[in-house]
Amino acid sequence: MSLLKIEGLTKTFGGVHAIEDLSFTIQAGTIHSVIGPNGAGKTTLFNLITGIYAPTSGKILLEGWDIAHKPPYELAKLGLCRTFQNLQICFNMTAIENVMMGSHLHLNTSFLAALFRFPTLSQGDHECREQAAELMKLVGLSKYITADADSLPYGALKRLEIARALATSPRLLLLDEPAAGLNPKETAEIDEVIQKICQSGVTILLVEHDMKLVMNISDHILVLDYGKKLAEGKAEEIRNNTAVIEAYLG
Amino acid sequence: MLPPKRYHGLLLLAFIIMILPLFLTNNFHYDVAIHIGINAIVVVGLNLLIGYAGQISLGHAGFFGLGAYTSGILTANYAWPPLLALGAGVILVGLLAFLVAHPILRLKGHYLAMATLGLGMIISIVLSTEDRYTGGPDGMTVPSFSLFGWEILGEQNWYWIIGCLLLLSIWLALNLIDSPVGRALRAVHGSEVAAQVVGIDTIRYKILIFVISAIFASIMGSLTAHYTGFITPVIADFFHSIELVTMVVLGGMASTFGVVIGAFILTLLPQFLANVEEYEVMIFGLILILTMIFLPKGLLPTLIALKKRHTA
Repeated sequence: MSLLKIEGLTKTFGGVHAIEDLSFTIQAGTIHSVIGPNGAGKTTLFNLITGIYAPTSGKILLEGWDIAHKPPYELAKLGLCRTFQNLQICFNMTAIENVMMGSHLHLNTSFLAALFRFPTLSQGDHECREQAAELMKLVGLSKYITADADSLPYGALKRLEIARALATSPRLLLLDEPAAGLNPKETAEIDEVIQKICQSGVTILLVEHDMKLVMNISDHILVLDYGKKLAEGKAEEIRNNTAVIEAYLG
Repeated sequence: MLPPKRYHGLLLLAFIIMILPLFLTNNFHYDVAIHIGINAIVVVGLNLLIGYAGQISLGHAGFFGLGAYTSGILTANYAWPPLLALGAGVILVGLLAFLVAHPILRLKGHYLAMATLGLGMIISIVLSTEDRYTGGPDGMTVPSFSLFGWEILGEQNWYWIIGCLLLLSIWLALNLIDSPVGRALRAVHGSEVAAQVVGIDTIRYKILIFVISAIFASIMGSLTAHYTGFITPVIADFFHSIELVTMVVLGGMASTFGVVIGAFILTLLPQFLANVEEYEVMIFGLILILTMIFLPKGLLPTLIALKKRHTA
């Protein structure tokens, strides 16, 4: 079953085609990777799918519904969440609060209940904290549960973003270069985390430069070059595709 | 059983408010204490906007003045009961803040500062020029506050009322910050785009907290009008807005007790500067600049960080 379907997607900045007439489909329950040289349009594609940019033309269908032009906070309600290549952590909060903010849509956000700290709100908040701690354990951050966000090392912050995105209970999770800046050991851990998340039923769209990671975990790979689809297929097919080798793998 | 840790500071403050009268030997001392309390409540509200949600306002004295004059005009000229007039002020200020919030809060940084500054100035000018209702720059007298036939008079009674209101407003602020709404507000400050992708409608929260902080100012404006019995447009002017922001910055942005300390210091300070009153504006400006350079986190957060480093 296809979860996300992109049809004829185009985004231009001035005269530059960042994404040009791109179409592809993501099957539910799979890990789908997007690779390509720098400037190929990978991050633009992410920003289009998550509503940060509005497409110039084309459709983005989530289970048949066109979600192009919807603001990001509406997309979160539909089960779409993402992490960022350049970290977007709230350093004015503790690590666990960063994860708890991911549960925003599942909590009582009534203003009066918050002001007077109604018992039902405290109860929900308490459960939310426990779930957030579980998610931090899942991504391997158990030792930072009581830490301030600004005391975490870079690799941990990357995983904190994943935990926060998971707290929204997404159906489609978009990971923007989760292994960038990590050492091989941390990359291997992220590899494991991503597979665990997929096994729990979350479909994953991944942008990543680390070829070993991509080849290792992807069910399906899409190769972009200058905003266009260069190739698409299983890891084996991409590895042996001459056009891809020429443009990218070198 | 001990009360939850988040309320320890509140209990300490309640204790201070209770024993403080032992050291207040005359009505002038009480008057200073009341003004500290009034400013503290306004900046607890303003801090929700500036410190937690990360949005600047240089126009909050305007909301304070609008609340004060709504109460003054309705009670003095139209004989409204003070509580009803205070409520009218809240509705007026709340509506105004809500209406201007949408266009204003799309702005960021300097532009937001300029827009709120302009809004405060417009209110201040209207209060000065509409002298038919406001008495103009000469000000107007306001009757005392009465509730169900009981008139509140004298510094000592006001001291306890303001003291209780201060504790109440801090309690509300602490509850709010440590809730899903509070996390959403802090997320708006921390990373607006991260807030949006987890489903937080950031515009809605910015508007909400702008309105709430304006209402804090309006209520305290109304009470100040009744307490002092006489108001002039000076309470709505730009310098008062700057004073409020300086209290937040000096005490510590995103620190509810920090801004109370900021209000304490900066309300007390002019009492010692009575001889050099004409330099007051300069001294406030200097404090603001020095704090931003040397204590960017403000007094209380810096002290807490120092203590942590010392014990670690």
